[in-house]
Amino acid sequence: MNLQRLWTLARKDWADAFKNTAVVVPMIVLPLIFVVLMPVLFIIVPSLSPQMSQAFVSDPDIQPLLNNLPAFLTPYTQGLDVQRTVIVLMLGMMLAPMFLILPLMTSTVIAADSFAGERERKTIEALLYTPASDVELFFGKVLAAFLPALGLTWGSFLVYTLVVNLASYWTMGWVWFPIPTWYPLIFWISPALSLLGTAFTVLISARNPTFMGAYQLSGVLVVLVLPLLFGQIAGVVYLTVEAGLLVGGAIWAVALALTRLAVRGFNRQRLLAGL
Amino acid sequence: METIAVQHLVHAFGERRALDDLSFTVGEGEVFALLGPNGAGKTTTVRLLNGLYRPTAGTIRVLGLDPSVQGGQVRAQTGVLTESPALYERLTARQNLRFFGEMMGMPAADLRRRMDDLLGFFDLADRADERVATFSKGMKQRLALARALLNRPKILFLDEPTAGLDPEASRQVRELIASLRRENGQAVFLCTHILTEAERLCDRVLILNRGRALAMGSLEELQRRFNPGVWVEVQLLEPHLIPAGELPFALQVQAQDALLRVQVSRVEDIPALVSRLAGLGAPIVRVEPARPSLEDIYFTLQAQAEEETL
Repeated sequence: MNLQRLWTLARKDWADAFKNTAVVVPMIVLPLIFVVLMPVLFIIVPSLSPQMSQAFVSDPDIQPLLNNLPAFLTPYTQGLDVQRTVIVLMLGMMLAPMFLILPLMTSTVIAADSFAGERERKTIEALLYTPASDVELFFGKVLAAFLPALGLTWGSFLVYTLVVNLASYWTMGWVWFPIPTWYPLIFWISPALSLLGTAFTVLISARNPTFMGAYQLSGVLVVLVLPLLFGQIAGVVYLTVEAGLLVGGAIWAVALALTRLAVRGFNRQRLLAGL
Repeated sequence: METIAVQHLVHAFGERRALDDLSFTVGEGEVFALLGPNGAGKTTTVRLLNGLYRPTAGTIRVLGLDPSVQGGQVRAQTGVLTESPALYERLTARQNLRFFGEMMGMPAADLRRRMDDLLGFFDLADRADERVATFSKGMKQRLALARALLNRPKILFLDEPTAGLDPEASRQVRELIASLRRENGQAVFLCTHILTEAERLCDRVLILNRGRALAMGSLEELQRRFNPGVWVEVQLLEPHLIPAGELPFALQVQAQDALLRVQVSRVEDIPALVSRLAGLGAPIVRVEPARPSLEDIYFTLQAQAEEETL
């Protein structure tokens, strides 16, 4: 495999995709909401409005959560009042699944533009006339979707860490974030989801030859994240370090199986069908 | 030396045979045309010759290589102008060329020089750093041609190179094709349904219908083999009425003012035709037999093929 060619193709896909507003807008808006807006709201609003804060902690749905905090959070909440406990609960645990949406969303939107979009715009034919092999073309495009998804997730995590600590320092009095449960989430599950999103979109693109069609259909992957989100709210599932490693392993297995399936179906004759 | 050799090539999409028992060769420096209506199998042939498809049966050799297993090596030595320009419209002209040059594995310094040369040659240097989306159709076609020539291909494939171009741009493309052979000795494989283009540019043509070869050869060879009749132009001094049925040798008669166009079966019928016209009092000034054009041959063969299909 010619690695230089993979890199050339990935760079071209980035230059092309990042001029598409349908690709760029969700990549800017979603991280801003997850990484800046939501943590700032969770920290600042209770401080500005004690009544609202009191109403929140008195909520019958929140009470059981506060009374039965998962073990991995208790070292961070010992000696804290209710208001600060809520900050740790929301920012240290509840928002974590949002970081699973970022790699999925980014990898699917770029992969949809790169695979289905190239067919839709009929640029794929010229690409197929280059000396690159089918496998080089496939992995060049996988790289083009995988790396930005990972980069955006890791970059967002860095910003989230800074925002959370800066915004909560005067309330908490110490730098408390990140907590260990986040490490498998960011460095083990997120890369797996980036690959899963890419491989799934490639498979979808074979039957949906338009960028929007492929992107919208690949959105069903968010369903994978919802059980974690609602499971944590309901106090049924907690993403501990062990659970994170297990869930990540399962996602890696599925992602690699889908990638294998996608690379087998990726050949010039199929890509040209209907062109 | 043959740059392309195809023998008994068959390509099927499911049950449908897109190409059926096709055999031909293309020599070094030759301009060879595939002629046929849409759906005849021209684009499929180009894709097979570049290893984008695997043939169902038959053998293909391009520059001595088998494209179905050595496709990368073949494509490194060919250039293809696809039917639509297939350019990245959000990128600039220079970004497009740089990407394809790098995919071809061209060294950076050589690629830079080659890009500058081609952008200049195709009169695109002033717009090289503008997005392709802002280009006219003719400019896009010129840029796509520049891309096809980037790696100095030994064989240049041109799929409908003048489709959708205005007459001036079409003329430029035809001049370019002629100059390529003259200056570089490149083989050119042209797919077209514009018969005058093939007649002007090509050494040999292959006429296709529904994936089958109807005829192949130079224009002279085809004129000898497929003579659908000899047209004779008879210039009269003034218009003269020739009653229908008075010309027993004539297959068809067309009259326009003082010019008669009469089709007879053989050149040997012309003296008798002239004698009969003179006998009918026609004031003959000039008599000139015309060889059948590629267009005459093409439509005769296509009509025969369609009749056989029915």
